[in-house]
Amino acid sequence: MQLFVFICAGLMILTGAIGVIVRSHPVHAALSLILTLFGVAVMYVAQEAQFLAAVQVIVYAGAIVVLFLFVIMLLGVDTAEDLRIEPFKLQRKFAMLVGGGVIGLVTIAAISSRDNLALVKPLPSDAVGSVEIASHDGNIRRLARDLFSDHVLAFELTSVLLVVAVVGTVLLARRAPKSPSETTS
Amino acid sequence: MIASVAVPTTTWYLVLAAVLFGVGTVGVLVRRNPLIMLMCVELMLNAVNLTFVALAKKLGDDIGGQTTVFFVLVVAAAEVVVGLGIIVAILRRKPNATADDLAELKG
Repeated sequence: MQLFVFICAGLMILTGAIGVIVRSHPVHAALSLILTLFGVAVMYVAQEAQFLAAVQVIVYAGAIVVLFLFVIMLLGVDTAEDLRIEPFKLQRKFAMLVGGGVIGLVTIAAISSRDNLALVKPLPSDAVGSVEIASHDGNIRRLARDLFSDHVLAFELTSVLLVVAVVGTVLLARRAPKSPSETTS
Repeated sequence: MIASVAVPTTTWYLVLAAVLFGVGTVGVLVRRNPLIMLMCVELMLNAVNLTFVALAKKLGDDIGGQTTVFFVLVVAAAEVVVGLGIIVAILRRKPNATADDLAELKG
Protein backbone atom coordinates (compact mmCIF):
# COMPACT_ATOMS: atom_id res chain seq x y z
CA MET A 1 0.00 0.00 0.00
CA GLN A 2 2.79 2.40 0.91
CA LEU A 3 4.57 1.37 -2.25
CA PHE A 4 1.44 2.10 -4.29
CA VAL A 5 1.09 5.55 -2.72
CA PHE A 6 4.78 6.26 -3.32
CA ILE A 7 4.61 5.25 -6.98
CA CYS A 8 1.43 7.23 -7.66
CA ALA A 9 2.67 10.36 -5.90
CA GLY A 10 6.10 10.02 -7.48
CA LEU A 11 4.54 9.80 -10.93
CA MET A 12 2.46 12.89 -10.16
CA ILE A 13 5.55 14.79 -9.03
CA LEU A 14 7.70 13.82 -11.99
CA THR A 15 4.95 14.33 -14.57
CA GLY A 16 4.24 17.77 -13.19
CA ALA A 17 7.91 18.72 -13.00
CA ILE A 18 8.57 17.64 -16.57
CA GLY A 19 5.42 19.49 -17.59
CA VAL A 20 6.66 22.72 -16.01
CA ILE A 21 9.85 22.70 -18.03
CA VAL A 22 8.52 21.46 -21.39
CA ARG A 23 5.13 23.14 -21.76
CA SER A 24 5.55 26.27 -23.82
CA HIS A 25 2.40 27.94 -22.52
CA PRO A 26 2.89 29.58 -19.07
CA VAL A 27 -0.64 28.68 -17.93
CA HIS A 28 -0.04 25.03 -18.70
CA ALA A 29 3.25 25.19 -16.83
CA ALA A 30 1.50 26.67 -13.78
CA LEU A 31 -1.12 23.90 -13.87
CA SER A 32 1.64 21.28 -14.10
CA LEU A 33 3.20 22.92 -11.05
CA ILE A 34 -0.06 22.32 -9.16
CA LEU A 35 0.19 18.61 -10.03
CA THR A 36 3.70 18.48 -8.60
CA LEU A 37 2.69 20.35 -5.45
CA PHE A 38 -0.19 17.97 -4.81
CA GLY A 39 2.14 15.03 -5.27
CA VAL A 40 4.52 16.49 -2.71
CA ALA A 41 1.56 16.99 -0.34
CA VAL A 42 0.71 13.30 -0.70
CA MET A 43 4.32 12.48 0.11
CA TYR A 44 4.08 14.63 3.24
CA VAL A 45 1.04 12.68 4.42
CA ALA A 46 2.90 9.44 3.75
CA GLN A 47 5.75 10.80 5.86
CA GLU A 48 3.46 11.70 8.78
CA ALA A 49 3.66 15.44 8.25
CA GLN A 50 -0.06 16.11 8.04
CA PHE A 51 0.11 19.77 9.01
CA LEU A 52 2.72 20.51 6.37
CA ALA A 53 0.60 18.69 3.77
CA ALA A 54 -2.33 20.96 4.56
CA VAL A 55 -0.11 24.03 4.49
CA GLN A 56 1.38 22.86 1.21
CA VAL A 57 -2.02 22.64 -0.44
CA ILE A 58 -3.29 25.91 1.02
CA VAL A 59 -0.19 28.06 0.62
CA TYR A 60 1.42 26.63 -2.48
CA ALA A 61 -1.44 25.33 -4.59
CA GLY A 62 -3.94 27.78 -3.18
CA ALA A 63 -1.98 31.00 -2.97
CA ILE A 64 1.31 30.89 -4.83
CA VAL A 65 0.07 29.24 -8.02
CA VAL A 66 -2.98 31.51 -8.04
CA LEU A 67 -0.58 34.44 -7.77
CA PHE A 68 1.35 33.09 -10.74
CA LEU A 69 -1.87 32.72 -12.74
CA PHE A 70 -2.96 36.24 -11.80
CA VAL A 71 0.32 37.67 -13.03
CA ILE A 72 0.24 35.60 -16.22
CA MET A 73 -3.28 36.65 -17.09
CA LEU A 74 -3.19 40.25 -15.90
CA LEU A 75 0.00 41.04 -17.77
CA GLY A 76 -1.16 39.22 -20.87
CA VAL A 77 2.02 37.22 -21.15
CA ASP A 78 -0.01 34.08 -21.77
CA THR A 79 1.42 33.61 -25.22
CA ALA A 80 3.21 30.42 -26.01
CA GLU A 81 6.96 30.71 -26.01
CA ASP A 82 8.88 29.34 -28.95
CA LEU A 83 10.91 26.60 -27.34
CA ARG A 84 13.05 26.01 -30.41
CA ILE A 85 14.98 29.23 -29.88
CA GLU A 86 18.25 28.44 -28.19
CA PRO A 87 20.00 31.72 -27.37
CA PHE A 88 23.39 30.24 -26.69
CA LYS A 89 24.94 27.33 -28.47
CA LEU A 90 25.18 24.23 -26.28
CA GLN A 91 22.97 25.81 -23.62
CA ARG A 92 20.55 22.88 -23.61
CA LYS A 93 23.32 20.32 -23.54
CA PHE A 94 25.12 22.16 -20.77
CA ALA A 95 21.89 22.41 -18.77
CA MET A 96 21.25 18.70 -19.23
CA LEU A 97 24.79 18.00 -18.09
CA VAL A 98 24.37 20.12 -14.96
CA GLY A 99 20.95 18.65 -14.19
CA GLY A 100 22.10 15.11 -14.77
CA GLY A 101 25.18 15.76 -12.67
CA VAL A 102 23.07 17.06 -9.79
CA ILE A 103 20.71 14.10 -9.99
CA GLY A 104 23.59 11.63 -10.23
CA LEU A 105 25.64 13.09 -7.41
CA VAL A 106 22.76 13.41 -4.95
CA THR A 107 21.49 9.95 -5.86
CA ILE A 108 24.90 8.43 -5.27
CA ALA A 109 25.15 10.29 -1.95
CA ALA A 110 21.71 9.10 -0.88
CA ILE A 111 22.36 5.51 -1.82
CA SER A 112 25.80 5.40 -0.25
CA SER A 113 24.43 6.83 3.01
CA ARG A 114 21.78 4.11 3.10
CA ASP A 115 23.77 2.01 5.54
CA ASN A 116 24.23 4.94 7.90
CA LEU A 117 20.52 5.64 7.78
CA ALA A 118 19.79 2.02 8.62
CA LEU A 119 21.74 2.45 11.86
CA VAL A 120 19.40 5.22 13.03
CA LYS A 121 17.03 3.95 15.66
CA PRO A 122 13.58 3.27 14.23
CA LEU A 123 10.54 5.26 15.17
CA PRO A 124 9.19 4.31 18.58
CA SER A 125 5.76 4.28 16.98
CA ASP A 126 6.72 1.38 14.74
CA ALA A 127 6.39 -1.01 17.64
CA VAL A 128 2.79 -0.64 18.69
CA GLY A 129 -0.15 0.36 16.53
CA SER A 130 -1.88 2.44 19.20
CA VAL A 131 1.21 4.54 19.77
CA GLU A 132 1.31 5.18 16.05
CA ILE A 133 -2.17 6.65 16.15
CA ALA A 134 -1.19 8.82 19.11
CA SER A 135 1.79 10.18 17.23
CA HIS A 136 -0.49 10.89 14.25
CA ASP A 137 -2.64 13.08 16.45
CA GLY A 138 0.38 14.73 17.94
CA ASN A 139 1.89 16.05 14.72
CA ILE A 140 0.51 19.58 15.00
CA ARG A 141 1.05 19.60 18.75
CA ARG A 142 4.68 18.57 18.45
CA LEU A 143 5.30 21.01 15.64
CA ALA A 144 3.74 23.84 17.63
CA ARG A 145 5.75 22.99 20.72
CA ASP A 146 8.96 23.01 18.71
CA LEU A 147 8.02 26.17 16.85
CA PHE A 148 6.97 28.24 19.83
CA SER A 149 9.70 27.13 22.21
CA ASP A 150 12.95 26.54 20.37
CA HIS A 151 12.31 28.66 17.29
CA VAL A 152 10.13 31.44 18.65
CA LEU A 153 12.57 34.18 17.66
CA ALA A 154 12.77 32.89 14.09
CA PHE A 155 9.00 32.65 14.04
CA GLU A 156 8.67 36.29 15.04
CA LEU A 157 11.27 37.28 12.47
CA THR A 158 9.20 35.66 9.71
CA SER A 159 6.48 38.19 10.45
CA VAL A 160 9.01 40.96 9.87
CA LEU A 161 10.04 39.23 6.64
CA LEU A 162 6.46 39.04 5.42
CA VAL A 163 5.79 42.71 6.20
CA VAL A 164 8.96 43.74 4.38
CA ALA A 165 7.97 41.59 1.39
CA VAL A 166 4.49 43.08 1.22
CA VAL A 167 5.74 46.67 1.49
CA GLY A 168 8.46 46.06 -1.07
CA THR A 169 6.02 44.49 -3.52
CA VAL A 170 3.59 47.37 -3.20
CA LEU A 171 6.44 49.78 -3.92
CA LEU A 172 7.60 47.73 -6.90
CA ALA A 173 4.24 47.12 -8.48
CA ARG A 174 2.71 50.54 -7.92
CA ARG A 175 2.66 52.83 -10.90
CA ALA A 176 4.71 55.95 -10.25
CA PRO A 177 2.39 58.87 -9.55
CA LYS A 178 2.31 61.59 -12.12
CA SER A 179 4.05 64.33 -10.17
CA PRO A 180 5.41 67.59 -11.51
CA SER A 181 8.91 66.62 -10.47
CA GLU A 182 8.77 63.74 -12.96
CA THR A 183 9.21 66.10 -15.91
CA THR A 184 12.43 67.50 -14.50
CA SER A 185 13.99 64.14 -13.71
CA MET B 1 0.90 -5.84 8.71
CA ILE B 2 2.34 -6.85 5.37
CA ALA B 3 6.07 -6.51 5.81
CA SER B 4 7.14 -8.68 2.90
CA VAL B 5 6.11 -6.15 0.25
CA ALA B 6 8.81 -3.60 -0.49
CA VAL B 7 8.18 -0.53 1.63
CA PRO B 8 9.59 2.75 0.33
CA THR B 9 12.49 3.65 2.56
CA THR B 10 13.95 7.06 3.22
CA THR B 11 16.46 6.53 0.44
CA TRP B 12 13.66 6.29 -2.11
CA TYR B 13 12.34 9.65 -1.02
CA LEU B 14 15.82 11.16 -1.15
CA VAL B 15 16.36 9.89 -4.69
CA LEU B 16 12.96 11.19 -5.79
CA ALA B 17 13.81 14.59 -4.27
CA ALA B 18 17.14 14.55 -6.10
CA VAL B 19 15.39 13.92 -9.41
CA LEU B 20 12.90 16.70 -8.70
CA PHE B 21 15.75 19.07 -7.84
CA GLY B 22 17.60 18.16 -11.04
CA VAL B 23 14.51 18.76 -13.17
CA GLY B 24 14.09 22.16 -11.52
CA THR B 25 17.75 22.99 -12.20
CA VAL B 26 17.38 22.12 -15.88
CA GLY B 27 14.27 24.28 -16.04
CA VAL B 28 15.99 27.31 -14.54
CA LEU B 29 18.88 26.93 -16.95
CA VAL B 30 16.85 26.25 -20.10
CA ARG B 31 13.69 28.31 -19.90
CA ARG B 32 13.75 31.99 -20.85
CA ASN B 33 10.42 33.15 -19.51
CA PRO B 34 11.13 34.67 -16.07
CA LEU B 35 7.81 33.42 -14.68
CA ILE B 36 8.65 29.84 -15.55
CA MET B 37 12.14 30.24 -14.13
CA LEU B 38 10.49 31.23 -10.85
CA MET B 39 8.26 28.15 -11.03
CA CYS B 40 11.34 25.98 -11.47
CA VAL B 41 12.85 27.54 -8.36
CA GLU B 42 9.67 26.46 -6.57
CA LEU B 43 10.27 22.91 -7.83
CA MET B 44 13.75 22.96 -6.33
CA LEU B 45 12.45 24.28 -3.01
CA ASN B 46 9.88 21.50 -2.91
CA ALA B 47 12.56 18.91 -3.53
CA VAL B 48 14.52 20.18 -0.54
CA ASN B 49 11.37 20.24 1.58
CA LEU B 50 10.70 16.62 0.67
CA THR B 51 14.20 15.73 1.82
CA PHE B 52 13.70 17.50 5.13
CA VAL B 53 10.39 15.75 5.79
CA ALA B 54 11.74 12.33 4.86
CA LEU B 55 14.71 12.72 7.19
CA ALA B 56 12.52 14.10 9.99
CA LYS B 57 10.45 10.91 9.75
CA LYS B 58 13.57 8.77 9.69
CA LEU B 59 15.08 10.42 12.75
CA GLY B 60 12.04 9.46 14.80
CA ASP B 61 10.91 11.91 17.42
CA ASP B 62 12.93 14.80 15.97
CA ILE B 63 10.45 17.24 14.47
CA GLY B 64 13.03 19.91 13.68
CA GLY B 65 12.94 18.97 10.00
CA GLN B 66 9.28 19.79 9.76
CA THR B 67 9.86 23.10 11.53
CA THR B 68 12.50 23.92 8.93
CA VAL B 69 10.07 23.09 6.14
CA PHE B 70 7.58 25.46 7.75
CA PHE B 71 10.11 28.29 7.61
CA VAL B 72 11.07 27.40 4.06
CA LEU B 73 7.40 27.67 3.09
CA VAL B 74 7.17 31.15 4.62
CA VAL B 75 10.35 32.32 2.91
CA ALA B 76 9.20 30.79 -0.39
CA ALA B 77 5.95 32.72 -0.17
CA ALA B 78 7.82 35.96 0.46
CA GLU B 79 10.25 35.16 -2.35
CA VAL B 80 7.45 34.57 -4.83
CA VAL B 81 5.74 37.80 -3.85
CA VAL B 82 8.88 39.88 -4.32
CA GLY B 83 9.90 38.01 -7.47
CA LEU B 84 6.52 38.47 -9.09
CA GLY B 85 6.57 42.15 -8.13
CA ILE B 86 9.89 42.58 -9.91
CA ILE B 87 8.64 40.62 -12.93
CA VAL B 88 5.49 42.75 -13.11
CA ALA B 89 7.61 45.91 -12.99
CA ILE B 90 9.87 44.58 -15.76
CA LEU B 91 7.13 43.28 -18.02
CA ARG B 92 5.23 46.54 -17.74
CA ARG B 93 8.14 48.36 -19.33
CA LYS B 94 9.06 45.62 -21.79
CA PRO B 95 6.15 43.40 -22.73
CA ASN B 96 7.11 39.82 -23.49
CA ALA B 97 10.65 40.27 -22.23
CA THR B 98 12.67 37.12 -21.79
CA ALA B 99 15.59 36.63 -19.47
CA ASP B 100 17.95 37.44 -22.34
CA ASP B 101 16.44 40.87 -22.90
CA LEU B 102 17.21 41.98 -19.37
CA ALA B 103 20.81 42.96 -20.01
CA GLU B 104 20.57 46.67 -19.33
CA LEU B 105 23.08 46.54 -16.51
CA LYS B 106 25.64 44.81 -18.68
CA GLY B 107 28.67 47.05 -18.91
